[in-house]
Amino acid sequence: MRRSGFFTKKLNSFLMFSAIFCFSFLPGYSNEVENHSENHAEIADSAAVHEGVNSDSSHAEHGEEKFNASELILEHIADSHDWHLWGHTSVHLPIILYTDKGFECFSSGKFNHGHDKVVGKHYTYAIEHEHIKVVNADGTINEEASKAIVDISITKNVMSMFLSMIILMLIFTSVASAYKKREGKAPKGFQSLIEPIILFVRDEIAKPNLGYKYARFMPFLLTIFFFIWVNNIIGLVPFFPGGANLTGNIAFTVVMGVITFIVTNVNGNKSYWKHIFLPHVPWWLYPIMIPVEIIGVLSKPFALIVRLFANITAGHIIVLSLICLIFIFKTIMIAPVSVGFVLFMDVLELLVAFLQAFIFTMLTALFIGTAVAEPHGDH
Amino acid sequence: MDIVTPSLGLVFWTSISFLLLLFLLGKFAWKPIMKALDERERSIEEALSSAEKAKEELARLNNESEQLLKEARAERDLILKEAKQLRDNTIAEAKGLAQVEANKMIEKAKVEIDNQKNAALAEVKNQVATLSIDIAEKVLRKQLEDKSKQENLVADLLKEVKLS
Repeated sequence: MRRSGFFTKKLNSFLMFSAIFCFSFLPGYSNEVENHSENHAEIADSAAVHEGVNSDSSHAEHGEEKFNASELILEHIADSHDWHLWGHTSVHLPIILYTDKGFECFSSGKFNHGHDKVVGKHYTYAIEHEHIKVVNADGTINEEASKAIVDISITKNVMSMFLSMIILMLIFTSVASAYKKREGKAPKGFQSLIEPIILFVRDEIAKPNLGYKYARFMPFLLTIFFFIWVNNIIGLVPFFPGGANLTGNIAFTVVMGVITFIVTNVNGNKSYWKHIFLPHVPWWLYPIMIPVEIIGVLSKPFALIVRLFANITAGHIIVLSLICLIFIFKTIMIAPVSVGFVLFMDVLELLVAFLQAFIFTMLTALFIGTAVAEPHGDH
Repeated sequence: MDIVTPSLGLVFWTSISFLLLLFLLGKFAWKPIMKALDERERSIEEALSSAEKAKEELARLNNESEQLLKEARAERDLILKEAKQLRDNTIAEAKGLAQVEANKMIEKAKVEIDNQKNAALAEVKNQVATLSIDIAEKVLRKQLEDKSKQENLVADLLKEVKLS
């Protein structure tokens, strides 16, 4: 038994418990630790030594030293410049940098899992905890220049997003063509699976919140709903085409929240703005009320951003933590417990995936609804 | 914290992707889908409302025919009733007339019979009187052919007178 094998970053995905059980018994699997460039050789050596000695106490020490659950979890929910598949195999994604001297484009494989430095057209680069840094001629990191570069690489999350776009386009263009082909007829096949969801968005989300103006915002609401939902589900798939934690990434939710904010305020009518800047209170309360109203306007998308981010990230952290229990307790006996809980969490997460997409869309519709609502008699 | 720091690259790609997706899906998916859904809903609604209308029309027609039938029945009943009454009246009237006529005739007949009877009786009385006189004449003639007998008779008669 090579338990040290458990402690490597072979957890290519947080749900591959079965794969973990299989791989953990494979000889030689335990020798690599990725993304820890400096420690790599040293750890591999010591692992070899421990294998030779096969002493339980040193094993424990070794594990103590190597396995850091929080680091592993954070690494798994974070974005990455290459897409880890299994063992040593990963898909190298393109790195695109915008520097003060122009664009720079190369494969992330050149970093060799962070071991090597890449000499680009303008600078020499190193990768450190998924951050690309500019390296000086003497090998030290140039923080000044590092701050100036903008990393717009096609990362794992971006790839996952592109995948979701392809899926969405395939699904909905085929459904749309089904509508054209079977005009006026009852839905059939895949169309009848999608139609109730579209009707759900229309009748349960758009119409109650937007009233008769719903039609204008339907494309936006439907896109938001399906985009978030599909990405939530892709995030739950533990192996290759899935596994990217896109909807649990703050950058993604920020963009969605900001877009909602823009759509809401661009469509805000006179009574909406009047409500903010000329609220229905005595004039001397304006210095208090107007800032409060403005905070209200800003906090709405902020709540959306944080809600989606926190819900999805929390779900992933729980699942990963449950898997990590096996390695923390260092016994396979805990695995059935972990697997049981992970199964439970996954089913729950499926619900959450839908629920969060629904809530995001629902609140977006609500915010737009308040912005476009006709003024009431008393206001 | 890395986890709550939005990375510019992902923000950039997400914005582009979402806007692109919104545009593409809006053009190639949502527009035809929503249009088809609306159209289908409208046609369903129309079909339902026309069905409702047809149902109403049918109900109205039914109602009308029912009404007509009812009226016809009432009329028939009325006519029958009237006819019956008329018949009864006629019969009663006829009966009354007949009775009166019969009574009259009976009365007349009685009078006639009485008259006839009286006439007959008078005739008979005359006849009897004539016959009696004839017979009495004949008897008297025969009786009084003889003188003695005449005397006897007178005597008898006288006797009787005395006695009375």
